Amino acid sequence: MLDFVGKRYWYFLFSALIIIPGIISLLIPPALKLGIEFSSGSSMTVAFEASIEQADLRQELENLGHAEAIIQRTGEGDFLIRTKALEPEVKDEAGTVVTPAERETVETALRDRFGPLAVLSFDSVSPTIAAGIVRNAIIAVALASVGILLYITWAFRRLPSPFRYGVCAIVAMVHDALVIVGLFSIFGKVFNIEIDSMFITGVLTIIGYSVHDTIVVFDRIRDNLTKGVSRSFEVTVNRSILETLGRSLTTGLTVLFTLLALYLFGGVTIHNFILVLLIGVVSGSYSSIFNASQLLVVWENNDIGKFIQRVRPARVPAKPRG
Amino acid sequence: MPRRNTRIFIGIIILTALALFLVWPRQIDVTVPGVGPFKRDVMRLGLDLQGGTELVLQADLSRLEAEDRQPAMQSVLRIIDDRVNAFGVSEPVIQQQGENRISVQLAGVKDIAEAKKLIGQTARLEFVERTFDQDGNPTDTPTGLTGADLKRASSGLHPTNNTPIVNLEFTDQGAKIFEEVTTRLAGTTGEIAIFLDNEELTSPTVKQAISGGKAYIEGGNMTLESARILAIQLNAGALPVPLVIEKERSVDATLGADSVRKSILAGEIGLGIVLLFLLLYYRLPGFLAGLALVIYTILVLTIFKLWPVTLTLAGMAGFILSVGMAIDANVLIFERMKEEARRGKTPRAAIEAGFDGAWPAVRDSNISTFITCIILIWFGNSFGATLVKGFAYTLFIGVAVSMFSAIFITRTFLRLFANSRVVENRRLFGW
Repeated sequence: MLDFVGKRYWYFLFSALIIIPGIISLLIPPALKLGIEFSSGSSMTVAFEASIEQADLRQELENLGHAEAIIQRTGEGDFLIRTKALEPEVKDEAGTVVTPAERETVETALRDRFGPLAVLSFDSVSPTIAAGIVRNAIIAVALASVGILLYITWAFRRLPSPFRYGVCAIVAMVHDALVIVGLFSIFGKVFNIEIDSMFITGVLTIIGYSVHDTIVVFDRIRDNLTKGVSRSFEVTVNRSILETLGRSLTTGLTVLFTLLALYLFGGVTIHNFILVLLIGVVSGSYSSIFNASQLLVVWENNDIGKFIQRVRPARVPAKPRG
Repeated sequence: MPRRNTRIFIGIIILTALALFLVWPRQIDVTVPGVGPFKRDVMRLGLDLQGGTELVLQADLSRLEAEDRQPAMQSVLRIIDDRVNAFGVSEPVIQQQGENRISVQLAGVKDIAEAKKLIGQTARLEFVERTFDQDGNPTDTPTGLTGADLKRASSGLHPTNNTPIVNLEFTDQGAKIFEEVTTRLAGTTGEIAIFLDNEELTSPTVKQAISGGKAYIEGGNMTLESARILAIQLNAGALPVPLVIEKERSVDATLGADSVRKSILAGEIGLGIVLLFLLLYYRLPGFLAGLALVIYTILVLTIFKLWPVTLTLAGMAGFILSVGMAIDANVLIFERMKEEARRGKTPRAAIEAGFDGAWPAVRDSNISTFITCIILIWFGNSFGATLVKGFAYTLFIGVAVSMFSAIFITRTFLRLFANSRVVENRRLFGW
């Protein structure tokens, strides 16, 4: 029989190897590259009839006073132009336009220089709306965690210490959230991938998936404990993981295939969102088996307590400073 | 049991046929003889899918008393609604988000410069003195009395005859002008016409000169409801609520359509792979699960349409995730069945034991998803992320139907076979 539980500290090490670089990246500002939804600014997708050079477009935007503009070519050959928030039009008391909206100025200038164009999408966010969203998301996650913790504790109430199952499921969930947020912090620095509200949706989705997946494995542990398949908790958990392995692989892979199809063939607008889900599903499936279940064993065996006891006598008493 | 199962089976077939008829993507508008009119709409699509514009406006409520804020927002919403309707957009969506934000969604509108100017204005209330000549031709003279002079309007009942009235309360400055105007008009046929955004709300005559700044409008055929609405409209002009456009987003219809086309194709490819996998790996049960999944999809789309859920890209993502969870439920059941069969149970017993054994896992995992969905819906409501809300709604509906699908549809199908001799063939089941 495969021994999953025996190597538990290796899995924790593996998780740490992925999460720690992410946390380090989060500590180096900017923690995440925020899209205009959170940081304010304007963003437009422009399709030109003529084929034009990115450098020329940049030059023109600089002439317009937007040296800060970020210009990207999309898959379809359109240009995504991000600038600080474009000014709305200014009117005097009588209602006559003194300065036209900056968007119109930019459009006209680009049209004069590069010929006919179409603005495919335009987003603009003022700085005030950006505040509060992240805080609300964190509150939502905290609330969801409490709800899930309570539910799992209730669902496992017939087992000794049902609270542990809830806690371990939440720890695995936090693990998955950290993997995504950490990786996207790195992606933001390396590939310029920005965080938008779809990203928050994605993280929340993965939180749901992670708990869903963990509960399936925990359910088997509950089943096997009730049946009394072994006296050893460690053996029971190992056996439960093995018994649900077929299901874990099948489900994990089918979801992965669907997401992969969406990632490869789906619209550009959902690309980063699907990437969040792809990473999250892998992490969520991994953490159910290799983190959540293993943590139960660590807790049951009081590994940490033993570890501390083992270390303590070995400690050399510090010499008083002279 | 077999007979009951057959009945459920027939019920599922009828339900599916009905749902299929409802979701078929073509509009019909007919009158069924003896039943009445029947209208089948096409699926509602969000702005990101069909193109259009979304504006998020922030109302500046800082100058208002706490108890005036919500009524003020209500009147601002009404005004924006009127303005947008005047603009002639089909099915605009105007919603309040949080305490002081308003989201306006205009499907199909791309050039919005004009709409923005219109929507972003503060409402303008004007009192106009209207006199009539001998032939009854009206002449309107501005009085200089505006919304800034009106302190508050409220609906109420007449102190003596209990008919609905609208109370007006003017500022000191306003009271002075109002007294002058009413003195001039008292006893004549002249009227005070009240305009909101250049639209006439009402034009009462004046019985007597009114001093002290308190007046009421009565009579006509005012009902409690119309008095309430008039009060809201008057307040809209009275309470100065400047609007600021905080966020605007416009998506070209072709970009949206392109995204939809690609994502649907991608979804089909994904689903195709999954169905093929189920068939090859689980054989007959896999085939039945595939069939159940197709029915599942039809049912979910029907609920989306009847609810109605506005389908956005995020909503489609939620739906896809729920498909994944529906498949997971089937996989859990089949794996259990396989285990039970290998333990030496008869095929029929294995099918039942598979369902019973898998149920707690399906139930508990889906309930945790429900909890997440409910919190997401709350989250979406409170910070106005229609996107997050759309996702959570579709996921919630999808997961609810998936439990029904796994337990009801797949089980009924399998039981149909459990009673035939097909189950003797273990290879068909991949056991």
